Amino acid sequence: MTEPGLYHILFISTTLFFIGVYGFFTRRNLVTMLMSIELILNSVNLNFIAFNKYLWPNRLDGVFFTIFVIAIAAAEAATAIAIIINLYRSHHSIDVERAEEMKF
Amino acid sequence: MPNLTYISLIPLLPLASFLLLGLFGRSYFTKTSGIIGTTLLLLSCGLALYIAYGYFFEYGKVGGVYQKLVPVHYVWLEFSKGVSIDLGIILDPISVMMLVVVTLVSLMVHIYSLAYMKGEERFPTYYAFLGLFTFSMLGLVVSSNIFQMYIFWELVGVSSFLLIGYYYDRPSAVAACKKAFIVTRFADAGFLIGILILSFYAGTLDFNTLIQKLTSYESPELQSAITASFLGISALTWGLVLVFIGGAGKSAMFPLHIWLPDAMEGPTPVSALIHAATMVVAGVFLVARLFPVFSMSPPALELVSWVGITSAFLAAIIACTQTDIKRVLAYSTMSQIGFMMFALGVSGYGGENGLGFTASMFHLFTHAMFKALLFLGAGAVIHFIHSNEMKDMGGLRKYLPITHITFLIACLAIAGVPPFAGFFSKEEILLAAYQHNSIIYYIALLTSALTAFYMFRLYFNIFWNKAPSQKERAGGEAHGEHKHEGSFAMLMPLVLLAVGAAAAGFIPFGNFVSSDGAKLESEFHFHFSIAPVALGLIGIFLAMWLYKTQNDKSDRIAASIRGLYKTSLNKFYIDEIYTFVTKKILFNLIGRPAAWFDKNVVDGLMNATGNTTQLVSEKIKRMQSGKVQQYAIYFLVAVIGLAVLFIYVWKN
Repeated sequence: MTEPGLYHILFISTTLFFIGVYGFFTRRNLVTMLMSIELILNSVNLNFIAFNKYLWPNRLDGVFFTIFVIAIAAAEAATAIAIIINLYRSHHSIDVERAEEMKF
Repeated sequence: MPNLTYISLIPLLPLASFLLLGLFGRSYFTKTSGIIGTTLLLLSCGLALYIAYGYFFEYGKVGGVYQKLVPVHYVWLEFSKGVSIDLGIILDPISVMMLVVVTLVSLMVHIYSLAYMKGEERFPTYYAFLGLFTFSMLGLVVSSNIFQMYIFWELVGVSSFLLIGYYYDRPSAVAACKKAFIVTRFADAGFLIGILILSFYAGTLDFNTLIQKLTSYESPELQSAITASFLGISALTWGLVLVFIGGAGKSAMFPLHIWLPDAMEGPTPVSALIHAATMVVAGVFLVARLFPVFSMSPPALELVSWVGITSAFLAAIIACTQTDIKRVLAYSTMSQIGFMMFALGVSGYGGENGLGFTASMFHLFTHAMFKALLFLGAGAVIHFIHSNEMKDMGGLRKYLPITHITFLIACLAIAGVPPFAGFFSKEEILLAAYQHNSIIYYIALLTSALTAFYMFRLYFNIFWNKAPSQKERAGGEAHGEHKHEGSFAMLMPLVLLAVGAAAAGFIPFGNFVSSDGAKLESEFHFHFSIAPVALGLIGIFLAMWLYKTQNDKSDRIAASIRGLYKTSLNKFYIDEIYTFVTKKILFNLIGRPAAWFDKNVVDGLMNATGNTTQLVSEKIKRMQSGKVQQYAIYFLVAVIGLAVLFIYVWKN
């Protein structure tokens, strides 16, 4: 078996990205939507790592970016879950279609 | 030169009086405010006299020429190198003379008001305003910088507005103060533009430097100011004419004089202060201050003299028919100011040519004395009778003996009867006019005869003519306190000013004040003064014949020259002309179209913007649905769209 190249990994990360996007658009459950966002973020992380490894193997910039993205994603998940819990308390549901008050 | 910084106390003491009485007067000094204001002004006046003595007799003269001293100088706002608004004090013969005149007249008015305004509800406010006015006027005369002068000039306008409108519950007083403010403000716009033109060419705002730069033919500044021209008139003349318009507004020169008679709505002592002795001479003072520059531009001087003589003559004619005694005095003021103006206009700079300048300043000095006296005397009469109308008066000489005598002295002085003060100054003015321009001389001669006539018409109508009517005597007895003349505080200023009006003429004025600071020998020509004195006496005797006893001679004469009489009574319809021009022409041709433009075009544009925004937002607000996923799709589509654009269209 041959070593996977840059294109393989980019293919995987693109697939992952669009699975996330698809999930974000079609799911109605807020937790599932949050999981889709995680998929999108992870596809980006994969891109960072791949570009770092294949194009500038002697540098670490991509890795550091990835670590930052993971940290931010954790914070973002915490915030989002707090929002979801509050939404559940007020609406007794975490369905995104039940939270449409914020409009014109 | 000794240290003269304390001179700044002269204007600052009245300012202190204004602040003290204006801030705390109503709560703490309701009774004592008059005394406080008067005391502070007394200090200021004493200081002014002391400075005048020192300047004229001790340190002012160097080598026979009075120097311009600048004891206080503070750079306040610097625009660029050399161009700055400074606050400073300049001492030269005219400013020192004005210091004395202003503080003296103001002091007399302060003392007089103690009795005249007693019991007024807003007594402290009145004294505060008097303080503000005196401060502004003193600041104006000592200004070392033309812009500083402009600042004080406007302050004088404001304080006169406040004083004229003192009885603010009377609609006529409110109208009068607005009229005075607007007319003088309109003229001040000319002054400001004039300042800008002059300072642009001279490159400075400082009086001394400005005069220096614009008076020597070698200086490049003067050359550029003369060569630059607009509508065929040089920039120098334009600047001076505009400055003169400002002066003409404050000094009530034709055709900007319309505010002065109406300004008699203020309390009578205020009229004495503002409209007789100080504020209205500000314009004359301004021309005198810039006189060296004016003398470089003969057309500007020509304008000054013609405006002056026109005002003098017109006002004298109007004064002959007015029936309100204060209005007669107001028009006589305008006439006398006209004398001062044309005296400046016919003067030249330096040496013997400067006779008109000295005469003008001399007349300013004597006029301040006798006109303040006339107004204060009129105030005493009004206080007694409770009316301004001449027909309500008559035979008052028995009731008001001291007022009668002092009023007579003032009338003799203004009529130019020797040896009273007005005689000397008027002779000098006439002499200057005679040497320069014979047409002006003859008009001036006629005007001075008219002056004698209308002043004595006033005098005989008040103090002689018929006996006081039943009603007046009843009024006098009903107001027990008015049965005799006013109190000591009212009589003392009258007597002091009468002494001034009688004796001020003997001051050898040419020794002190002249256009270039050097001594001017004033000669006294006996032959020359025969004509004016004779004409003056004719005027007096004519007035005596017509008005000394009650008769219908004056009515018959008025009926025989009906047209002229009517025109004069209605002040040559100048007010009506103004109303016509503003209401019918300016309002219809400019005001209304401008209002239409504002309402329809400017407002319309604003409304259109608002309406369109509202309409569009109404249409597009559905886009904000509250569905998070929909927003995300918009976002994604937009990002993809941008990506396509960047990758395929905007590649470079």
